[in-house]
Amino acid sequence: MLRLKRLKQFNPFNHVILAGVLMLTSFAHLPVAAEDLDQKGFDVAARNDRSDRGFGDSRVELEMVLKNAAGAESRRTLEISTLELPDESVGDKNLIVFFTPADIEGTALLSYAKILDPDDQWLYLPALKRVKRISSKNKSGPFVGSEYAFEDITGQELEKYEYTWLREEPCGELNCDVVERRPRYKDSGYTKQIGWVDQTVYQARKIEYYDRKGSLLKTQLFEDYKLYDDKFWRAHVWRMENHQTGKSTNLFYKDYKFNLGLKDGDFVTGALSRQR
Amino acid sequence: MEKLRKRLLSMNFLIWALAVFFLSKSSTVSAQSFDFSGQVALEVRGFPDKSLLPGQVEGAQFSSFLEPEYRWRSAARDSLLKFTPFIRVDTVDDKRTHFDIREANWRKIAGDWEFLVGATRVFWGVTESRHLVNVINQIDAVEDIDEEAFLGQPMFQIARQTSVGRFEFFLMTLFRERTFAGRNGRLRTPLPVDTGAAVYENSAKEWHPDIALRYSHTLSDFDIGLHVFRGTNREPSLILSSDGQGFIPHYSVMTQAGVDFQFTRDAWLWKFEGIVREGQGTTFAAAVAGLEYTFFQVAESDIDLGLIVEGLYDGRDKLNFSDTRGRQIFPTIYDKDIFLGTRLAFNDVQDSSILAGFVTDVVDGPATLRVEAERRLGERMKIELIGQAFFEDAPKNPVSFFVQDSFVTLRISRFF
Repeated sequence: MLRLKRLKQFNPFNHVILAGVLMLTSFAHLPVAAEDLDQKGFDVAARNDRSDRGFGDSRVELEMVLKNAAGAESRRTLEISTLELPDESVGDKNLIVFFTPADIEGTALLSYAKILDPDDQWLYLPALKRVKRISSKNKSGPFVGSEYAFEDITGQELEKYEYTWLREEPCGELNCDVVERRPRYKDSGYTKQIGWVDQTVYQARKIEYYDRKGSLLKTQLFEDYKLYDDKFWRAHVWRMENHQTGKSTNLFYKDYKFNLGLKDGDFVTGALSRQR
Repeated sequence: MEKLRKRLLSMNFLIWALAVFFLSKSSTVSAQSFDFSGQVALEVRGFPDKSLLPGQVEGAQFSSFLEPEYRWRSAARDSLLKFTPFIRVDTVDDKRTHFDIREANWRKIAGDWEFLVGATRVFWGVTESRHLVNVINQIDAVEDIDEEAFLGQPMFQIARQTSVGRFEFFLMTLFRERTFAGRNGRLRTPLPVDTGAAVYENSAKEWHPDIALRYSHTLSDFDIGLHVFRGTNREPSLILSSDGQGFIPHYSVMTQAGVDFQFTRDAWLWKFEGIVREGQGTTFAAAVAGLEYTFFQVAESDIDLGLIVEGLYDGRDKLNFSDTRGRQIFPTIYDKDIFLGTRLAFNDVQDSSILAGFVTDVVDGPATLRVEAERRLGERMKIELIGQAFFEDAPKNPVSFFVQDSFVTLRISRFF
């Protein structure tokens, strides 16, 4: 039951954009200094992050399919509720409730994302109806036995990383900015990540994760984007492949719901026992 | 027992009447949800040692339980009904064969207010070795001696969430008697407890209105809780029956105030629980204080290793079973003890884990060692192995009753 330990928010690169804010024109053809490349990398990430600003609250159900190297599958279904906080200097609040596997039905994880400090996390164990405050130090550990580390699904707040723009290149039918980002927070399992962000709607399409030794560990793909309220993009299929173990974990999202009127009072330890 | 069962069944009926009412009322809303889940388990408890007392089961004790849960929730998720009966059938101990309604309640959420009517279980506290402040529910002691199974308590509950914390008020009645192993069972007092003959200090008996107030809040790395409880003490005193063949449980009215506290930083959890209780012999205090540290991803594996140390103190009047005519304060092994525990979480697809806990008395020496291991099998099954040993070095320690009762439990569950 303890293995749920820390998880935060399930939104890589997601927080949204303020429409129409300063789009940077491309400096791609000009020779530029290293700090300009860092600034450009940050701007690409910020544009992605801000494309999600203002969503307020959301809820989505998803299925997680874990596959080992031999192809054997294991599944989990869960629901994620998110409350966006207007203040950009603090992260969002998230509540994850598990429906399956049946033995952990009703188990819930509440987290308050922080920028550089460790997140606040509580685990609800339905068998005992007990709420436990847990340590969130274990950022690089597996989330419910999957190929996602806690930090992969934790709040992908803009200021958690430093950035360098690498290049632009085609990604499928779109054109992407390729940006390297390096965690600024403690206890990460990664030296760097390389992300592909499209230049059309500014959404993440792919992330490569490099381990503590600098070797390629995992590749994540974001597919099946849908637009909600003419403003908010959400990927409905996330694929994560571990190149070192041959295991993979794919997430299949159902439709998102927005504007549910969720409030701070829905993201408190006292609300955990009423989730099922 | 029969009386209680009838009472619970009538409550059950009431809850279902409510359910029908709300279902019909909101039948136009399509997104309401009605579903169920549950657990069915087969269990064998093996006792390697010969029993200490006459009539107790030898060798293996087979048992099975079923715990389905039915749930209804309105589309807006502001109205919830829950019904969770529980039944265990034991092949040798007819007191362990028992029925309970763990949950049968209606919950209504209105903004920052929350109301609950019906039977439910409530858990308070932070420590691992003992759940000192967890005082709302009666312990279902025949389930296991780890005091982590509870009987559903009928109540009316009001909670108010504010920016400075959560305030909760509980009004309870229909007191639930503690369950005890029967004459044939292991892990029991030297004479069996006659649960049908309970005596109450207050003339209202099990209808005495019990009240509790709780405040809880989180301030960055700190989680705190305060409570006051006045009502029928869940722990009975034991009186020798007139025929001298058993103990009669005696339930008095007590007042208790307590605090629970946790500080979480890095991989450290610092914990404290303390109570002061009036109305159970001399007014006394009890406390648990300790810490837990976790080594994450040990040796570059996915395994987490947690270490737990807790110190326990309980100042209640001492148990004295040689004076069988007097009233006996319910015993605790935690008068001055140290708990050492370890938790191994494998973080694998099957959620495998191992927990071990050791309790040693500062004066009497080692008391008990317990190990629990579990692993999911496939998507819907789980296997658990629980072993507990009792040490004989402590003749005055209450666990000395169990000295022949070291056991191993194998439980296989299917979830649906």
